[in-house]
Amino acid sequence: MTLAERMYLPAILGGLGITIRHFFMKKPTIQYPEVKRYLGPIFRGHHVLKRDEQGRERCTACGLCAVACPAEAISMVAAERKKGEEALYREEKYAAVYEINMLRCIFCGLCEEACPKQAVYLRHDRMVPVFTERDQVIYGKDRLVEKLDDRYIRNNPDAQATPTEPTLSRSVG
Amino acid sequence: MELTVLVIKSLVILAVFGITLLIATYSTYAERKVAAFLQDRIGPNRAGPFGLLQPIADAGKMFFKEDFIPAQANKWLFILGPCLAMLTALMSSAVIPFGDSIRYGSFEVPVQGIDVNVGVLYVFGVVSLGVYGVMIGGWASNNKFSLLGAIRAASQNISYEVALGLSIIAILMMTGSLSLRHIVNEQNGFFQWNVFTQPLGFVIFLTCAFAECNRTPFDLPECETELVGGYHTEYSSMKLGFYLFAEYINMFTSSAIISTLYFGGFQYPFMHQVHDALVDSLGSTVGHNIATGIGTAVLFGKIFFFIFFFMWVRWTIPRFRFDQLMNLGWKTLIPLSILNVVLTGAGLLFDKFKYATWLIVIVMIIMAATNAIKAPRRKPVTVPQL
Amino acid sequence: MNQFNTFLASFKNLTTAGYLFYGLGLITLISAISVVTAKNPIHSVLALIFTFFCLTGHYMLLNAQFLAIVNIIVYAGAIMVLFLFAIMFLNLKEEDEEAKTNVTKMAAVIVGGVLMVLLLSIFNYAPVGTYNPASFDAKTGLVERLGIVLYSDYILPFELASILFLVAMVGAVMLGKREAGDPHF
Repeated sequence: MTLAERMYLPAILGGLGITIRHFFMKKPTIQYPEVKRYLGPIFRGHHVLKRDEQGRERCTACGLCAVACPAEAISMVAAERKKGEEALYREEKYAAVYEINMLRCIFCGLCEEACPKQAVYLRHDRMVPVFTERDQVIYGKDRLVEKLDDRYIRNNPDAQATPTEPTLSRSVG
Repeated sequence: MELTVLVIKSLVILAVFGITLLIATYSTYAERKVAAFLQDRIGPNRAGPFGLLQPIADAGKMFFKEDFIPAQANKWLFILGPCLAMLTALMSSAVIPFGDSIRYGSFEVPVQGIDVNVGVLYVFGVVSLGVYGVMIGGWASNNKFSLLGAIRAASQNISYEVALGLSIIAILMMTGSLSLRHIVNEQNGFFQWNVFTQPLGFVIFLTCAFAECNRTPFDLPECETELVGGYHTEYSSMKLGFYLFAEYINMFTSSAIISTLYFGGFQYPFMHQVHDALVDSLGSTVGHNIATGIGTAVLFGKIFFFIFFFMWVRWTIPRFRFDQLMNLGWKTLIPLSILNVVLTGAGLLFDKFKYATWLIVIVMIIMAATNAIKAPRRKPVTVPQL
Repeated sequence: MNQFNTFLASFKNLTTAGYLFYGLGLITLISAISVVTAKNPIHSVLALIFTFFCLTGHYMLLNAQFLAIVNIIVYAGAIMVLFLFAIMFLNLKEEDEEAKTNVTKMAAVIVGGVLMVLLLSIFNYAPVGTYNPASFDAKTGLVERLGIVLYSDYILPFELASILFLVAMVGAVMLGKREAGDPHF
């Protein structure tokens, strides 16, 4: 080392210069709960049980999503549609109980891919909120089924091209 | 008459005590904010506006944690350790002159805890006691890492105290007094500040102050990678809080002492003109007191700058290795400070010339520059092609 | 008994400094005794440090500020830290039985007793310095006076002491020097 390097001082002053420049730089921090950053059109967030165009629940309680789920977070109880309930459920069989354990869920999206009826989706615009109590963990139909005044439409032109992710506009017979 | 002086004096002492604690509290907040800003983050901003209530939240958390004493520890010494650390940290701000004086009726009370004529030595005495808190705590924990941290702290503090003391002797020679108030009063006029008359002494003193406060780059006693937590490995709750708090109080005190010894204390350029103008316009009591207030504010500005500097350095420079620390202390700083003393003495004997130590600085810069020019250029590192 | 009564009577009309002196003296004696009686070496060292503090207090009462502070810096701040430093490395858990045999105990008692007799007889015959309250200058112990005395009347002993320190330092360096064949730690 040269004498200047052994004196440490020039290097220390250089380092102090670098850090003080960063002191006055603009901070890239996003103030999270108040300001949220757009996470992209293919983000997998809060689950939603879709309704079709007439507002009927699409889920037919086939159980494929529960089979596909690697974390075994999904459980459901099937029931048969009664007369007069045609406006509520699209198929003759529906899920009377549909529960997702959010502590187990790893948000992999395999349920979304497994669903033959395009009924379960992971929203790209909303996350599962933080929970502090154990009884807040299991999400039932009251929190999963799409609200009629808050329909979920994914604006995802790229995703349309991929065969694994059917679009919402595609009608299923 | 006695009573009024006593009341004002005790008010001054209480104010110094309270301000020390307040500044130490908010230093923890400032440390986190400065660290964040130097690392392109924002830092604590949730508790209160701009996170200003964060220190209070931290203190509350500290108080409610479990106060744990290890089974094999020496109980009384374990408790004594943090108490001593806190006590010695708080004692040293007693002799710092925070301002000129307060006039009240016919009395004139200096803004200073006690004005002893051995002020500098008092600070040294208290600083040299500071290591006991660390040593006793580290030994009483009955933990090898704690003991090693304590031993490191002791050896580091003893080593750097020598250079610290020697670097001040030059100032004492120029002032001819050990009283901090004399040293401040001697520095009237901007270029009379000791940082201009003693540039080398200032650098040595600053380095030693970092080492004495156990701050990065010399925070080896609590080096996490080698010693878990150093001397406070076994401590929890407010006992740990006392150790950490004592560090911030030490930082405040050493900033105040650096400002007092080298940056003119409560002096600022054109102080006498401002003082005379205030006395002329507001009367000799009110005007004088306002001038004292301005001086105190200026001193606190300097102190805050140095606290910031402590943090700035902490988040810039990595930690020294222990042999590097000892080499720097014994083989570089002590010889340099002795040279500083000798040259200052020569300059003072020869026509009271105060700026003699610039000679060392100039010679060192020239040597470094020629050495850097002569040194063989390093080849840029080339990655061998696979 | 009569002497004790006069002592009590004199105790009533003491000044504040007098009370401080007696209180401080009591604490000094207690801590000094506990240096000797403490079982744990660390406690012993801590008691010794406390004794130095009490001595500093005595210097303060004599208005010898410089001596007081230097006592703290040198004895309490540096020498005792090194003491503590060395003792902390000892393994205190191991009972060292060899040092507690009857022979050593008796030798210690004899040596201590002889020393005490010697000291008492010296104190008995030694002239105790007196002072005249009228001509006493309270500033005798301040640092400026001390410096003037040290560098004029006592310049030779002062410089000789510094040479002694220099010799000690050179000796320490020689002892600590690594020789050619020594292992490199």
